Parts: sequence; structure tokens; C-alpha cells
Amino acid sequence: MMGRALLRRIAPQLVILAIVLALNLMVFPDFLKVELQHGRLFGNLIDVLNRGAPTALLCLGMTLVIATRGIDLSVGAVMAIAGATAASLVVDGHHFLTAVAGALAVGAICGIWNGILVAVLRIQPIVATLVLMVAGRGIAQLITGGTILTFLDPGLIHLGAGTIFGVPTPIVIWLALGTFVAIFVRRTALGMLIEAIGINEASSRLAGINSKVLLVCVYIVSGLGAAIAGIIVAADIQGADANNAGLWLELDAILAVVIGGNSLLGGRFSIVASLLGAMIIQSVNSLILLSGLPPEFNLIIKALLILAILVIQSPKVSHLLYILRASAPQSARKPLPPLKEGQR
Amino acid sequence: MIRSTHLPLLVTLATFVLAYALCASQYPAMLSLRVVANLLTDNAFLGIVAVGMTFVILSGGIDLSVGSVIAFTGVFLAVILRDTSIHPLAAFALVLVITATFGAAMGAIIHYLEMPAFIVTLAGMFLARGAAYVLSTDSVPITHEFYNTLQQIYWKTASGGRFRLIGGVMILTFIVGALVAHRTRFGQNVYALGGGGTTARLMGVPLASTTIGIYAISGGLAGLSGIVFSLYTSAGYSLATVGVELDAIAAVVIGGTLLTGGYGFVAGTFFGILIMGLIQTYIVFDGSLSSWWTKIVIGGLLFAFILLQKGLTWASTARRKAATGFVTPS
Repeated sequence: MMGRALLRRIAPQLVILAIVLALNLMVFPDFLKVELQHGRLFGNLIDVLNRGAPTALLCLGMTLVIATRGIDLSVGAVMAIAGATAASLVVDGHHFLTAVAGALAVGAICGIWNGILVAVLRIQPIVATLVLMVAGRGIAQLITGGTILTFLDPGLIHLGAGTIFGVPTPIVIWLALGTFVAIFVRRTALGMLIEAIGINEASSRLAGINSKVLLVCVYIVSGLGAAIAGIIVAADIQGADANNAGLWLELDAILAVVIGGNSLLGGRFSIVASLLGAMIIQSVNSLILLSGLPPEFNLIIKALLILAILVIQSPKVSHLLYILRASAPQSARKPLPPLKEGQR
Repeated sequence: MIRSTHLPLLVTLATFVLAYALCASQYPAMLSLRVVANLLTDNAFLGIVAVGMTFVILSGGIDLSVGSVIAFTGVFLAVILRDTSIHPLAAFALVLVITATFGAAMGAIIHYLEMPAFIVTLAGMFLARGAAYVLSTDSVPITHEFYNTLQQIYWKTASGGRFRLIGGVMILTFIVGALVAHRTRFGQNVYALGGGGTTARLMGVPLASTTIGIYAISGGLAGLSGIVFSLYTSAGYSLATVGVELDAIAAVVIGGTLLTGGYGFVAGTFFGILIMGLIQTYIVFDGSLSSWWTKIVIGGLLFAFILLQKGLTWASTARRKAATGFVTPS
């Protein structure tokens, strides 16, 4: 039962992904070829999964944050801070696991900061996370001392450029974490509680949900995801670049969540659909590269994609469709599906 | 008695005076007219775009596209002046029409599709930046002699400071912006919209034309800011002015405008810009501080002012509760 409901939920994303992959295949016939060389899987499909890892990790937390009617603009800056922390700890001679733990701690602290601003001080999420977005890169530069901090620690580099059983490590990390989070929020009541906050926070509080703690937790998840993404990006280039690490990735993450069909007005969410959204974005990037179209068009295509989804998601348009269907001739009328929560 | 709605503006003013006094006590040279003139020249484009952002934020919205629109304007002007023999003034008019129309289109989408301003202007940000990339990915120099003429217009003070044309354009924009916000019906509509969409509609505020007008102003002023920026740099570059929207939002908030809309002053934004410019000037004077401290200090100021606004909102709800026994949910 649950599997079928899930399949119906993610069907549009699967169709879009299939179309984009088919277009990729048309411009580059070897697109689906995956081969094993020197004990590592190679192929364009693997590249899409690998390069999409940071966006996928960010959109895990972003999905939950958006489900509570929030937004986290600071994830790109948090990536920079986490990468800088990990790099500076490794450079100072610490074990790479200490560095990873340090970066995760920093990500969690950033999440707590955002969470307290939103949940306790009750500042609108856009504004609350804007503070860290503006100041975050400055803090990251403070950690790296204004340079691109390079490192050669094999353990840390392995996280970004290494493989586990032939599969690049970033893919393993985001697939594992994605599966864990998706199952965790759905097998427990947590997902439902988060949706309740997004639909109506006041009534969720009256129903006995500890919305403050949950909100802070959601922002911590977002901060942790950003920290892991930051470690991967830094490990991949073997250096922490405070200026460019994760630049504009917060927008990609939000876009992935929107493509995943999650309403920006909070409520119902699907982690799997968001992850598919992240893969769709990466496939579009790969399509632009493979087709030889100038990469300049990348942004325009993304903008048109957002606009198209906005029109589909718009309450006005769905209301119009509802009226059209309701006023159709009696014989042709089918029972109306109940309105989705987020669309009211 | 000081009205609590005026308090953020007064705090901004006090912050500016205090910061300037601190800077001046450490480096007396910062009092010179030369520094003041440079403060205006260097922040001219940011100031102009912040006026538009003030209107947007007063109405309770947000416009993330302005930085990209500035870059697009610069590249558009550079390319059109390089490839055609059109006069720069005609090109200015053309680009202002394009950017104002672009803003109006975003406003129309926000109003008619009932989507959050944040995501619509995000799409606009991608679109404008992408259009700039498509026009040219290189930095295109502008060598038209009319640009030289405009750049040579300045008023030189006795101490050697130069008040340039673009600084004047910024001040003029602020004056016009303040008049529109506080002295016209449109301005009152913007405040009403920021106070609450439903209330504004019941009061008879034309929501559609106001929303579209606000974003058209923001887009048009971003275009004007792009023109000023191209005069400032004599070039158009598609990677320029990344993140200016955040600086503009920060300036508006530091200027005492409530981010929820409804309260604020265009004049406050002017001092917000000056405070941000002052921080940068101080870092230049100091010489040993790194430029990233600018970001951290601005982030800190942003936080302080948000807290101040929050405190004021709390104080006023508490007073309402004491008076009526009820608290209206905000």
C-alpha cells in the first residue's frame, strides 16, 4: 500500500527524470555506459550521481525546513564554514575523523543558531538565515585566513574523491543518509509532526507538539547536511575555498525541493521526490554540457524550470482547474480527488 | 514623545553618528570632505538599488533579482554601445524600460499567481544573470566619449574632494523615493499593503497595480543602478555585483525598516547605506583588518537590528494586551 502511494507521489519526478535522461542519451549515445576501471566505476550516470551529492545532501535538510514553512538560506555559507573547519583541523595535524567531527559540530551549531532565531525569537526564516548567509563566508574566511587552505590528508580526501567497493564515496554517503532520513521520518511520527507545524503552527502547538524543539532539530539537520556537503566539496578539490565553496548551492537545493513537488508554503513533503529533484537538476546540467550548448544557458533554463513549476503549483491555477473539472458535463465528470493539504 | 515606530530610525541615526565619531576620533582624516565624497561615490549604485528594495520590503515582499539586473544592465549597455552606434542616452532609456518591464512582470506573477515573492524573484535572478551570460561572458569595456563626459562632471571642494555625478544621482533618487513613499497615494498604498494584504484590499487599495508598480520601481531602479555602476567601472561584466541584493536588504534593515513590512523610512535606508560604507572605509583606513570583517560586522549589525525590531513588536503587543486583555495573533 505504502509503496504504491509513494510511487504515485513521485511519478511526475520520475517522468521528468526519465525525459531528461533520454535527452541526455540522444545527444550522447554512450550516456548510460558504466564501466569498471582501476576498481572504480566510471560513466556519465555515475558522474551525475556523484556531482549531485552536495545538492542532494542539502535538500535533505531543506525539505524538512520547507515542510515547516521555513527556508534555510545559510546552507551555502555553512558549507564554506564546515569545509574551512575540516581543512584547518587537518592542516593543524589532527586526525581526519577529528576534523570531520569538528566540521559536523560546527554545522550543528550553525543549525542551532538558525533554529533559535526562528523558533525562540520568532524571526521570519528568510531573515533569520540571511544573517548567517551574509556573515558566514566572512567567518569561513576568518578560519582559512583568507587563503584557499589546501591539505593532503588521504583520509579526508577519500571522503570526496575516493571509492567504497568501486562506488565513489559521495554517492554512498548521500544515498545512505537519504535512505536513513526518508525511512526515519516516515517510520516514526516525526514526519507527520513536522508537516503539522508547517500547516498550522499554532494549532500544532495546541495539539501538544513541542514545535520549538522540533523546529530547532529541523534546522540542525539542515546544518549537518550542509556540513557533510561542505566536507565533500572541500575533500574533492583538496582545499577549502571560503569564497566559492557552496556558492549558490542554497538556491539549487531550494530548486530541488520545489521540483520535488513540495509546497513552499509548508505541509506535505517527500524526501525521495526532493532527492529526485536534485538528480533532475544535475541531469539538466549534464545535458547542457553534453549537448555542447554554451553553459551560459544553464541559468536561463533553471529560471524557466522554476517558472513552469510555479505556474503548476499556483493556488490560482489549481483552483481554475478545479472549477473547470467541476463544471464539466455530468457524464464526463469523475469523482474529484480531495484537495492536497498544501494547496488550500 | 518619541513614537516607537520612529525608534528604529533614531537608533540607525545614533549608530551612524556614534560610528562616525568613533572612526573620526581614531583617524581624524575621516572627517575630510574627500572621504565623505568618496563615501557617496562608492556606494551610489548600492544606494539607488536600496531605495527600490525599501519599497519592496515596505510592502512586505522581497526582491532577490536586483544584483543580477544590475549586472545585466551593465553588460547590455556595454554590448549595445560596442555593436551599434546608438547614443548612450537612448541606450539608458531602453535599458530602463527593459528592467522596469522585467520588474513589472515579476510583480504580475507574484500577484496573479499568488506565489511567494521570494521564489518568483529567485527565478528572475537566474533569468537576468543568465541573460547577462548569454550577451557576453567577458568583461566588455565601454569607451564611448559620452561616458567620459559624464564621468568628468563633478563638484570639486577646496580640500580636493570630488562630489561626482553618480553620488548626486543617488541623493536625488533618495529624495524622490522619500517623496513618493511619504507624500503620494501610491506610497500610502505600499504601506497599507505591507500592513496586511487583506486589510489593504478591504480598504480599497488596488492590490494588482500597487504590487506591479512596486516591483517595476525596484526593477527600474536596479536598471538605473546598473547605469550608475557602468559609469563607475566603465565596463559591463556578467559576474559583477553578485550578492548585491543581500547588501541592499541589509542596508534597508539596518535603516530601520521592518522586514515584515508596513513600517520604515526611505531616509533610514540612506543612513543604512552610509553605515555600511563607513565600515568599509574604516577597514581601508585601518589597513591591517581584512576585508571579510565587513561581512561579519554587517551580519552582526543585521542581527542587532532584527532583534531591536523584534523587541519593539513584543513591547507593543504587550502594551495592547495590558490595555485590552487580548492579544491579536501576529
